Amino acid sequence: MTTAPPSPAKPNLFEYAPAPESRSIVDIKPSYGLFIDGEFVDGTGEAFKTVNPATEEVLTEVSSGSVADVDRAVAAARRAFTRVWGPMRPADRGKYLFRIARLLQERAREFAVLESLDNGKPIRESRDVDIPLAAAHFFYHAGWADKLDFAGLGPNPRPLGVAGQVIPWNFPMLMLAWKVAPALATGNTVVLKPAETTPLTALLFAEICQQADLPPGVVNIVTGAGETGRAVVEHGDVDKVAFTGSTEVGKSIARAVAGTRKSLTLELGGKAANIVFDDAPIDQAVEGIVQGIFFNQGHVCCAGSRLLVQENIHDEVIASLQRRIGTLRVGDPLDKNTDIGAINSAEQLARIRELSDIGEAEGAVRWQPECVLPDRGFWFPPTVFTDVSPAHRIARDEVFGPVLSVLTFRTPDEAVAKANNTTYGLSAGIWTEKGSRILKIANQLRAGVVWANTFNKFDPTSPFGGYKQSGYGREGGRHGLTGYLKGATHS
Amino acid sequence: MAGMTHVLDPDALSDGARLLPAPVDPFSDVTRSDAAFRAFLHGLPGVDQVGAESRVAMLGTRSIKTTAKAWAIDTAISMVDLTTLEGSDTPGKVRSLAAKARRPDPGDLNTPPVAAVCVYGDLAGVARQALGNSGIHVAAVATAFPSGRASRAIKIADVKDAVANGADEIDMVIDRGAFLAGRYLDVYDEIVAVKEACGTAHLKVILETGELVTLDNVRRASWLAMLAGGDFIKTSTGKIAPAATLPVCLVMLEAVRDFRAQTGTQIGVKPAGGIRTTQDAMKHLVLVNETAGPDWLSPHWFRFGASSLLNDLLLQRQKLRTGHYSGPDYVTVD
Repeated sequence: MTTAPPSPAKPNLFEYAPAPESRSIVDIKPSYGLFIDGEFVDGTGEAFKTVNPATEEVLTEVSSGSVADVDRAVAAARRAFTRVWGPMRPADRGKYLFRIARLLQERAREFAVLESLDNGKPIRESRDVDIPLAAAHFFYHAGWADKLDFAGLGPNPRPLGVAGQVIPWNFPMLMLAWKVAPALATGNTVVLKPAETTPLTALLFAEICQQADLPPGVVNIVTGAGETGRAVVEHGDVDKVAFTGSTEVGKSIARAVAGTRKSLTLELGGKAANIVFDDAPIDQAVEGIVQGIFFNQGHVCCAGSRLLVQENIHDEVIASLQRRIGTLRVGDPLDKNTDIGAINSAEQLARIRELSDIGEAEGAVRWQPECVLPDRGFWFPPTVFTDVSPAHRIARDEVFGPVLSVLTFRTPDEAVAKANNTTYGLSAGIWTEKGSRILKIANQLRAGVVWANTFNKFDPTSPFGGYKQSGYGREGGRHGLTGYLKGATHS
Repeated sequence: MAGMTHVLDPDALSDGARLLPAPVDPFSDVTRSDAAFRAFLHGLPGVDQVGAESRVAMLGTRSIKTTAKAWAIDTAISMVDLTTLEGSDTPGKVRSLAAKARRPDPGDLNTPPVAAVCVYGDLAGVARQALGNSGIHVAAVATAFPSGRASRAIKIADVKDAVANGADEIDMVIDRGAFLAGRYLDVYDEIVAVKEACGTAHLKVILETGELVTLDNVRRASWLAMLAGGDFIKTSTGKIAPAATLPVCLVMLEAVRDFRAQTGTQIGVKPAGGIRTTQDAMKHLVLVNETAGPDWLSPHWFRFGASSLLNDLLLQRQKLRTGHYSGPDYVTVD
């Protein structure tokens, strides 16, 4: 089928009026300390500011954890592990987790608004995805707490001890849940370092821990930048390191941990292929492409950033995709109708711009819809590169932004070869109405998660993790428990 | 709240504004044989039900407030085909409905009239007389509505009778039995014949999606009806559950969007049955806006087949105007 050129743009009669979510529900204090041993204390490092990336407004000042602060946090976590949390009846640990999960649900709107303010993501996503999923992770793992002996992980799985966890800025609260819930359910205590640009929901979570009467020291939250993270990872009394973030930092953590007794899980970058065959449900595939790359402004390690489309439907799919992208609403993250919010930081915006410019310089064709971006804050329009070759940097490097690279293939074998031709291996997508093809291709893809006729769907029951430079270990599901247990053997 | 009516195109329902369908060139050969037509319809891209449902769920979260809501309520009122399709319908009931169609809210004369009054063919004359030169159309269901189980001669006679009684629009039902048996060309031929019997009357083709069940069938039936010359594709008779659902409406809107892109001919969409609240109507308008596009946001191209919906729209309109809710006794029963 051929597609007629789109009709000339007409003024939209149905312009949605602003529908802002009220920010009065959050109460941001002028400054925040660290959360150590159940209390908020001032950090001894230099305090830093966190801003709203949509406006560049300074939201508050946050303490930075020094090596000495991290040491105190690890000591508190060790005490709590030895005296309270480790020996506690597993069913009682489960009760605390259920309580935390319920409190998260009760205060969901507060968390969602705070997340959107600090991160820049649309309220629709923080409200409908991040926070409900974070609560779901606590509910799911609460259920495991007293059933570990029956999880098929060996006769007597034991906790590791103190977990040092470092999380990224793209899903601040959700990544906290992915880390803290399994660690606590398996009987470990944690020292968590949230990302420098998005510490606020983790600090609100510290209040939830107090509200839930969680014993002091079970959860410690130490804010700060890279140096604070390094202190957590390199601390001698940490038994387990869990990191989600860039491959570059992941490699340095792997080097730091090498030769120690610490166990390590890494969830790193990605450059996922989203493969669209010519027998795909095209309208839903277009939705999936949009969801795959523009969800959370493309700040998603498993984003479907490489669209592999069968050459015989390339023009039709691109035309549909461009029409669909034209309807995306970019702007105020707190507006309930916003689809794409702000880029998280000036630094990330600079990287997205740099890689996009390189894409053009290397010969790919850039397409962006007409869209008016706000004057202040960090913004990048949804972007599609066509005529991308596998040798281009935008086909190889993780952009971590709303930038899609389109490549074509002719046969299923070529699709698999191109999809696997990356140093990463976190996720992939397959779009076809043919069930047998889904099963065959999924088995050939070297990616930890393969979505079929959907993309970027998450569930606490489903293990998540990568191949190759996307990291090792799994989070979520029964598999995710093994990363926090001694003597766990998979059956 | 005079500003609420500015959006309505005064010529929206006049005959002069109607676009006659152009020949559907790129597809003129697909109906040359049963096999060719079947290959064409089965070659349309499939619809993934889970994906379609999640798309409408996401669009259902759109928050339509203040000025956008005022515009949408007036637009929705102007798109209503105010319907009565009961065995107990009488001339008195139809006249009463016609009066409501002309002046939906006697307390606020700025309220726009509805698009049409929809009745059985034998009462089209009563509706015609009651509506006079108001510009409100008379729509009549025909072709052995709602089951469509009668010979073609009977169906054609039914259509001609309704047109002779003054119907501007004919709402026909497709032969679902033939469709489900795979006799697509029979279904097509019947629509072509009905279209011819309509003369200048607009033809709405009811797919009865509650009996076609799958979204793949909805897409195929939509294309079939558009190729056969239907001016509108309509979801349901209202006599079968489920009637209009958002995923079905999504697929039909995608079909008219793609059909125009490939033929240049624009076809209207009418969900009917089960749309009762202002919120339901808002969700449909958002779906239209973000699927087929704003070109479809007029009574030319989008209708609601409904009866109780109108009163809820009127109550919400009063709420926007006065700032407080009233109650069912502040709108008229018919």
